[in-house]
Amino acid sequence: MAARALINVPPTAKRGEIVVIKALISHEMESGFRPNAVGQLIPRNIIKEFVCTYNGVEVFRAEFFSAISANPFLSFTTVATESGTVTMTWKGDNGFFATESVAIAVE
Amino acid sequence: MRIGHAAAALTILAGIVPAGAEIATAQRKSGYDFMARTTQAMQDGDTSNPGMLWVLDGAALWDRKAGAANRSCADCHGDAPTSMKGVAARYPEFNATLGRPINIEQRINLCRADRQQAKPLPYESKDLLALTAFVARQSRGQPIAIAEDEPTRRSVETGRAAFVRRQGQLNLSCAQCHDDNWSGRLAGNPLTQGQPTGYPIYRLEWQSLGSLQRRLRNCLTGMRAEAPALGAQELVDLELYLMSRARGMPIETPAVRP
Amino acid sequence: MTDHKPMVTTRRRFLLGAAGVAGGAALMTLLPAGRAGATPAAMQAAIKAVIGSAPMREGRVKIELPPLVENGNAVPLSIAVESPMTDADHVKAIHIFTEKNPQPNVASFHLGPRAGTANIATRMRLADTQFVVAVAEMSDGSFWRDEIEVVVTLAACLEES
Repeated sequence: MAARALINVPPTAKRGEIVVIKALISHEMESGFRPNAVGQLIPRNIIKEFVCTYNGVEVFRAEFFSAISANPFLSFTTVATESGTVTMTWKGDNGFFATESVAIAVE
Repeated sequence: MRIGHAAAALTILAGIVPAGAEIATAQRKSGYDFMARTTQAMQDGDTSNPGMLWVLDGAALWDRKAGAANRSCADCHGDAPTSMKGVAARYPEFNATLGRPINIEQRINLCRADRQQAKPLPYESKDLLALTAFVARQSRGQPIAIAEDEPTRRSVETGRAAFVRRQGQLNLSCAQCHDDNWSGRLAGNPLTQGQPTGYPIYRLEWQSLGSLQRRLRNCLTGMRAEAPALGAQELVDLELYLMSRARGMPIETPAVRP
Repeated sequence: MTDHKPMVTTRRRFLLGAAGVAGGAALMTLLPAGRAGATPAAMQAAIKAVIGSAPMREGRVKIELPPLVENGNAVPLSIAVESPMTDADHVKAIHIFTEKNPQPNVASFHLGPRAGTANIATRMRLADTQFVVAVAEMSDGSFWRDEIEVVVTLAACLEES
């Protein structure tokens, strides 16, 4: 099953208002430092980058390492500048790619 | 005198705390109440609770046609928030056809066999956990309401007998920790009362969702006892006893636990 | 029993730690570098790679983790930096480091005036009781740090896998 994400962006906001964005995605974040039952290291499989764009402009970016927990959670803020689309993209090892978009109405 | 001696010897064997008393209704506490505020916050928000990722998967599976009958859960049960409300609060439930109680996972697999003509989903598989979490999520806030009829009561007694029976290399019973010493700690962790209010749970230790049977098997392994296989009737009876012991407490699925 | 933990102390890493305590530094060179956990020195090197020769100052950034962790697999972490977050004066990046995880880097966050605030939360893994360090990089080129010590207890009930 494809990765599933839960994101929370307020559907409406006042112009200039600072809004909180939350994002949760299903991913095991296999650290690469964990041995299997016979003592061999399980290869690393993590999300390495998260990008949030607002009407196509990057407003927040995160680089992840193996110390980020399984099913990564992020909370950050952005200024509601105009109505449009907030898009979040996750990229990682083994070609991992997931993206979610939501509309925000700014009055 | 002889009886008095025997009772004194038993008390010594049981340790310093008198054994065998069930927790009074007013004293019952969910595992939630033993957690740090930050872990509680993880459970509280739908965008912060990782268990909700499985619930989302379960919602998709609910609507997906499966098996030779090419039928989805929704084709029979319709809108889950209506049809499944309160269902998880009644499980495990006595099944008259089988003559024994079954848990939600087994109920889902019975539906798959009888109605969808589909293969059963393996215990602890992502899909079975997702469907179970989705069904149980519809009962969040509902009080646990295990039936009180005669066949159910018999299985509850079987489960209770397992709960109070000393077993394993450490010669421990479930009750010694979870009835008698729940205000204490085991290493750095609170013991808790073992109230099964939020299964399947997202356990930080597992970094994943897991069933009550998985958790019971963890405990049994910790007691150095032989853990029955997933789906074993001993584990279903134990689930049933724990749910009957938690009657009236609200369902929290999907709960987060350390 | 513990092979499902994300960052277990393998026998080899335990020996490495024990060797460190015993002052047997020679043993360390015999071990593959990739297996060694981060050390306070490795963390300092990772920080140096970010800030270069710029001076590090205390203040403006605040890192928060629970003082006693219930499970090292998912520890809530939040960072807040005092900043007007204007075009002229804002936080450019925040970097998180640990001293005893297998590698010192945890995450880097890149932001700017469009963020409105520099308030970020996530969840991290902690292999052991240790210090976690946050470094904030400002638009004027200055660097500010904060650190917090976190006590990690091992779970009492593990499972065989």
